[in-house]
Amino acid sequence: MLLRRQLSLAIRRPIEIGNPLVFFAIVVAMFPLGIGPASEQLAMIAPGAIWIIALLSSLLTSDSVFRSDFDDGSLEQLLLAPQPLYLSVLAYLCAHWIVTGLLLALVSPVFALMLNLPAAAVGTLVVSLALGTAVLSLVGGIGAALTVGLKRGGMLISLLILPLYIPVLIFGTAAVQAAVSGSPAGPFLALLGAMLSLAIALGPLATAAGLRISIDA
Amino acid sequence: MFSRIGAAQKGLYNHAVMWSFFHKLGSPPWLYDIAGSILRWLLPVTIMALLVGAVWGLLFTSPDFRQGNSYRIIYIHVPSAVVALAGYYVMAIAGAVSLIWRMKMADVAMKAAAPIGAALTFIALFTGALWGKPTWGTWWEWDARITSMLILLFLYLGVVALYEAFDNKEAAGRACAILSLVGMVNIPIIYKSVDWWYSLHQPASIKFSGESAIDSSMLYPLLLMIGAFYALFTCCLLMNMRAELVQRESRTAWVRKLVKQDGAH
Repeated sequence: MLLRRQLSLAIRRPIEIGNPLVFFAIVVAMFPLGIGPASEQLAMIAPGAIWIIALLSSLLTSDSVFRSDFDDGSLEQLLLAPQPLYLSVLAYLCAHWIVTGLLLALVSPVFALMLNLPAAAVGTLVVSLALGTAVLSLVGGIGAALTVGLKRGGMLISLLILPLYIPVLIFGTAAVQAAVSGSPAGPFLALLGAMLSLAIALGPLATAAGLRISIDA
Repeated sequence: MFSRIGAAQKGLYNHAVMWSFFHKLGSPPWLYDIAGSILRWLLPVTIMALLVGAVWGLLFTSPDFRQGNSYRIIYIHVPSAVVALAGYYVMAIAGAVSLIWRMKMADVAMKAAAPIGAALTFIALFTGALWGKPTWGTWWEWDARITSMLILLFLYLGVVALYEAFDNKEAAGRACAILSLVGMVNIPIIYKSVDWWYSLHQPASIKFSGESAIDSSMLYPLLLMIGAFYALFTCCLLMNMRAELVQRESRTAWVRKLVKQDGAH
């Protein structure tokens, strides 16, 4: 139910859904401008570039996951509610993932073609992004929960959670690069899946504890 | 009936004895004093060990047959890296203790450990770069262990920054505790990085079981330096904790008394 509320809130503000996508498109356009339009060069950096853009857009949006509900006090009500906070937090982060990560994963083939990524690797890119951004949403939630009560949380949250994003980035790009070079990407995707299950099990616990601290402070 | 009260009191008493150490740990003046008396002998021992280890390692060991004299930086690099990792455990465990038992002194220890760990991590990275230039021919390499040590530095800095961002210091302590526990995920990755990924950084030469890959004439000063760095970490931790305690408790009677005593001397 909470998931439906978050999703319908997001749908009523389509600009919020659109922003990460536009951000994604603009940054993709920056790469050919910055390093020149030679297609081999672009193809070489495409896996890393797309992953880093996905990482940044997840980072930028995760700051606001709890922000508005913290400001109007509904987060405090949620903490008092009888439902386990673990599930509520999971619903928030799941909604965040659907409107940013999953959506990015679904439109990423377009950007992959713009950056000349070989067609054989596109399927792996979508799957790795879908799995990886879910981990990013769950980890980002921890940072968002810890900084939601602070006035100047924006810069801090990147310092807190970017180091934790790194393993996802490593295996995400490794999967796509493996697919580009024709070797099996399965092991890397399996590692991403393992990270996801770890993040689902432990991430919301840390996020819930962080929210309690931020509300108390 | 009296005997029953007696028994109950006795139980209470036993309970009190069992927990009195734990309760004393929660008392700032007691901790301040005990840290002071530990420092009184640990600090000279640390300085002696550092001096002896440095002189022994840097001047009196034979040069490596392949690396010449440049290998000697190992006597700074390895101890600082080892203790930087151990320091993260200290910080995270102190954080967990302060979260679970709401123990203020654990909070003090966690806050005190973060800047020391960051400094040690920086020293490890810096000395590694100095050694890498003549040996590997590069200052920096995006190797698994070097990168993960860099992440460790960011984790330490993140804890320091998060602590400073909160106005409410009690909430700051708990938030940092959660952050340091989450960051724990990285520590086994750093330890194992040289075994999991085939990388430029060599695997650990010192092994607890079996033959070490390092000659004993080089090993002993290295072990002494590792011990000395652990002691140095402890000294810095205790000194930081004492400073933090005095700052936090600056309005209480015992700190005022302390200041007066110092003024009288």
